Amino acid sequence: MVVAAALLAIPVVGLLWVDSYARVEPTLAGFPFFIWYQFLWVFLCAGCTWAAHRVVLIARSGRKEPRR
Amino acid sequence: MTGINVPALVVLVGLFLLVTVLGFWASNWRRGEHLASLDEWGLGGRTFGTWITWFLLGGDLYTAYTFVAVPAAMFALGSVAGFFAVPYTIILYPIIFVYMARLWSVSYRHGYVTAADFVRGRYGSKGLSLAVAITGILATMPYIALQLVGIQAVLEVVGLGGTGSVVAKDLPLFIAFALLAAYTYSAGLRAPAVIAFVKDALIYLVIIIAILYLPSKVGGWTHVFEAAQAKMTSLNAAGRPIGVFIPSAQAYWAYATLALGSALALFMYPHSITATLSSRSRNTIRHNATILPAYSFVLGLLALLGWVAIAAGTKPIGLDGVPNAQLVIPQLFEDSFPGWFAGVAFAAVAIGALVPAAIMSIAAANTFTRNIYREWIHPHATHAEEANCSKIVSLLVKGFALVFVLTLDKQNAINFQLLGGIWILQTFPAIVFGLYTRWFHRWGLLAGWVAGMVYGTITAYNVVNPATGNHFAGSLSLIPAVGQMGYIALTAFAINSIIAAVVTVLLSIVGIPNGHDETTKEDYFADEGDSRIEKRLESVPTLRH
Repeated sequence: MVVAAALLAIPVVGLLWVDSYARVEPTLAGFPFFIWYQFLWVFLCAGCTWAAHRVVLIARSGRKEPRR
Repeated sequence: MTGINVPALVVLVGLFLLVTVLGFWASNWRRGEHLASLDEWGLGGRTFGTWITWFLLGGDLYTAYTFVAVPAAMFALGSVAGFFAVPYTIILYPIIFVYMARLWSVSYRHGYVTAADFVRGRYGSKGLSLAVAITGILATMPYIALQLVGIQAVLEVVGLGGTGSVVAKDLPLFIAFALLAAYTYSAGLRAPAVIAFVKDALIYLVIIIAILYLPSKVGGWTHVFEAAQAKMTSLNAAGRPIGVFIPSAQAYWAYATLALGSALALFMYPHSITATLSSRSRNTIRHNATILPAYSFVLGLLALLGWVAIAAGTKPIGLDGVPNAQLVIPQLFEDSFPGWFAGVAFAAVAIGALVPAAIMSIAAANTFTRNIYREWIHPHATHAEEANCSKIVSLLVKGFALVFVLTLDKQNAINFQLLGGIWILQTFPAIVFGLYTRWFHRWGLLAGWVAGMVYGTITAYNVVNPATGNHFAGSLSLIPAVGQMGYIALTAFAINSIIAAVVTVLLSIVGIPNGHDETTKEDYFADEGDSRIEKRLESVPTLRH
């Protein structure tokens, strides 16, 4: 459960820490860092949430079968 | 633009008729025993699986107003006003992953239909439940009205409405809403669930084509960002920059609190909770938290179209000749695409308004029925009476929204929606804290709610636009003790939580007992087909299922 909580906290902290990404450089295909970095987080966040989902299902499987 | 764009109008009307037929057909889709109960009419029988829930929630949360307002904010004011929607709708999902599954489980076991139902069961407090219910209804009403603003923006660019007599001006909007009201009345939550498929397909199609085609047409992404930067850093009449290209250090708090506050607030809205509870199982919610970010990506692209419009030199001017940033996206499409494709884009926005408007009116009606009608007016209402009450209230709610938009200045709807976002977050402690702990006292939570509501309302009122002198000029204000500008809702929420905790401690010292809790620990982990649920269903005669 600690692992799941950490996985869920990563995107929240990453995106609320605006100081870490409010800049133009490095640009990617013309996109300022500020823009493409946040788009990148869409995928990172989906990955983190998915991983947390798996972790919770595995942790719970001792008590009951995970459902799909 | 002059006159009516005929090809766009034909496509728009055609697609609109398609969803109308689908809406009426929906009453037979995955039909339960009968529609004469709130679980069937208002929650689609609680049978929706992962994919239907994905379309339904996507159609519900990413509203037409969002599609119009986010790019408009990017176009007019830049990234703090507009692009915060992207981190907001990303961090939303880890946040709801944590608590919405619990809310689903406890609601499944006890047959709760609304958040206020849960609060009633958890704290045994009619007063706290009423506060949550009223907040939900008040926050939802202007949101429905704003969906109409989204449809109006499209109709205006097509060339309908805006001028002429009152009847001719608003007739198209009136017809659209009457049809929506009719099929929502007959099919309940199944209608928006079916229409959401069309809506989302159209939205994805339109955005992807627009984002691939438009930037090359205006000179590439590099040019788009240069144009946006040039506009945002140029000075307005008062000698200050027009907007924000990349947030500077003073805007970090604003950007982060807007994202966090909005993310915490969104799933407190009745329409989000309705769509969540209509899903079949606990894991449906969590699956969806992992796949819903796809919509956030689209929303981000859409936000960038606001900057594409800057590079394209789009001039959003209403039929009354007054510049109106809200028209920027429809206008960009009309300028850049052949009429028929503009029609598809307009239909995407208009249908995009119908899905959330339907779900919001159902959710507000369910809340009224369960937490005001049955609680205070007619305690022994049968399932059929509850469903009937909800159906009628859903009509009244839509009628009210229509009158609101047609008779009052649009700015009122926008002001109220801003207030609604602040208000709805004040129900968070009672609902979400309650999902985890019974430590908070019901009167403490009520006191915190009052404090948050009062602080939020007064502070929002005191935000004055220096140029026009209008109140409710924005959602940012100085955060006490931090000394930075931040989202008012989040500050009010902090005050709310502190008051709730302090009053809880005081009441426990005095020894005033907390209310009766009808839920048990296992309720918060229950899942579809759980053997413990069957037992519970038999042993609890009060369960209304």
